[in-house]
Amino acid sequence: MGYSKPKFKTKYGNFINGEFVAPVGGQYFDNTSPIDNSLIAKYPRSQKEDVENAVAAANAAKEAWGTTSATERATLLNKVADIIEANLEEFALVDTCDNGKPIRETLNADVPLSIDHWRYFAAVIRAEEGSATELDANTLSMNIKEPLGVVAQIIPWNFPLLMLSWKLPPALAAGNCVILKPAEQTPSSATLLLEKISEVFPPGVINVIHGFGPEAGKPLASNSGIDKVAFTGETTTGQLIMQYASKNLNPVTMELGGKSPNIFFNSVMDKDDAFLDKAIEGAVLFAFNQGEVCTCPSRLLVQEDIYDAFMEKVVARTNAAIQADPYDVNTMVGAQASNDQYEKILSYLKIGKEEGAKVLAGGAACKLEGTLSNGFYIQPTILEGHNKMRVFQEEIFGPVVAVTKFKDEADAIAIANDTLYGLGAGVWSRDAHQLYQVPRAIKAGRVWVNCYHAYPAHAPFGGYKKSGFGRENHLMMMNHYRQTKNMLISYDKNKLGFF
Amino acid sequence: MKYSRVAITDKAVEVLNLLKKKHGELIFHQSGGCCDGSSPMVFEEGEMYLDESDILLGQLEGVNYYMNQDQFEYWKHTHLTIDLTKGRGSSFSLEIPLGVRFIIHSRLLTDEENKLFNKN
Repeated sequence: MGYSKPKFKTKYGNFINGEFVAPVGGQYFDNTSPIDNSLIAKYPRSQKEDVENAVAAANAAKEAWGTTSATERATLLNKVADIIEANLEEFALVDTCDNGKPIRETLNADVPLSIDHWRYFAAVIRAEEGSATELDANTLSMNIKEPLGVVAQIIPWNFPLLMLSWKLPPALAAGNCVILKPAEQTPSSATLLLEKISEVFPPGVINVIHGFGPEAGKPLASNSGIDKVAFTGETTTGQLIMQYASKNLNPVTMELGGKSPNIFFNSVMDKDDAFLDKAIEGAVLFAFNQGEVCTCPSRLLVQEDIYDAFMEKVVARTNAAIQADPYDVNTMVGAQASNDQYEKILSYLKIGKEEGAKVLAGGAACKLEGTLSNGFYIQPTILEGHNKMRVFQEEIFGPVVAVTKFKDEADAIAIANDTLYGLGAGVWSRDAHQLYQVPRAIKAGRVWVNCYHAYPAHAPFGGYKKSGFGRENHLMMMNHYRQTKNMLISYDKNKLGFF
Repeated sequence: MKYSRVAITDKAVEVLNLLKKKHGELIFHQSGGCCDGSSPMVFEEGEMYLDESDILLGQLEGVNYYMNQDQFEYWKHTHLTIDLTKGRGSSFSLEIPLGVRFIIHSRLLTDEENKLFNKN
């Protein structure tokens, strides 16, 4: 069964104070689909004034929203989940069109996971409690969680609806008002969502601003009317956002990518069974979402005694991946999200080859027929080399994996940790000791053990080292959007006796 | 012959000069990480806090090009050329509203360059 490009309006607005409004300056930008480089629609090229309007709306709404009951907030979050679920196919199509990812993934991963994140945080706030401690017979210390107020969230383009659904629910559940800035490459699903939920929340609780980083992102991140910034992206912008936040003494959370190792110990090949089949798939997951995942398992580490036999299977599985029209449900690998990503990935393939990496699979752009020839496709690529090469150290953000051999556990751990980043890692083995000890030795916030690329709600996700800080997808994230009010209460009728 | 770790194409110079007119003094900073990472970003001078952990790679058309030291360790054997492509990065880099994006092309340093730049 195949789909085709969904219908869009000619142009869209920002969503501020409960309604869609045109940008103050009247400027728009063309948003295109990386599938065939065709126009999707015009979106607001917002400026400082638009940001200020959104910040004002959020501030006007924060007192009332911050004091709603958990029951009310949970009901509304569940309503959003129900609305997305009732329109699952429409959201999937819009994200496929905007991002270039295969419809198979948006239908089965992006949108269902998004729905679940809304439901998870709706459930969390109904179940959690504050705390109270009797410090002595007459003194009670009571901790009540209060929202920060107004939160700015800047999200990337690799999972448009899902990144929105990682960010909005915990902030809203905690009682904050939000100004969300979707990436300019993928503004469509956020807009579609606000069209469908425009009546769900009181005006000003959710505001969405479109536009470019220097014109809209910076005024948002540096605005003194916000109380926190949550950002997913790359390190330079991360540093700038922290600088702006430091001027306002605001907290930030950052998710800044990685160069995740995926380690295969020799025992995976002890048997030719379902687990080996799963492990081979686990190695090929570097091509999932065209490699545009912060946790892309982009460094493949294989124990030397199984290297040739294991890689033969990985190469065969990689070469069997279907790269075709992203609207076709059989397509496994779609388009890169934009021309500049496409060009960047090609330049990495070039430097990889120059540094002496051997191409085991792919290694070039993928030329598709018809209108797809205008799109941005790159063959899933396996480069064999060593860990000091740039293709082993930099986040290429494409369907490119760099593979190398290791001798033993110590060697595997040393290579795995020889990176600036620490977001994700994978460990595959049939040895129970390795399955515990190796993940503990890896400096990363998420280690997948005998699996990879699973992102369920209720499992905290975030980085070590230069991959950032904060733990999303879990009730822990609630505390990144709240502050603690401690009420210290005395039930003693007698004075201190000092005065 | 004058050696440099960095270079810039004519196309990129044109846009860089346009940005200078609009914003004044500029710097390049090489980003790492997710999404739009691994791309050169251009900011007004003074926008980004720089210290001794930022390595000055060179100067292009009077614009300093920096990279964080940690990242430099892995990049120091390569020569970088800033070029321009159509596209839309989602960072705070100043060229983005123009519908273009600075990108880098890399090559290995020659033996001679390596001797000069990486004495150890």
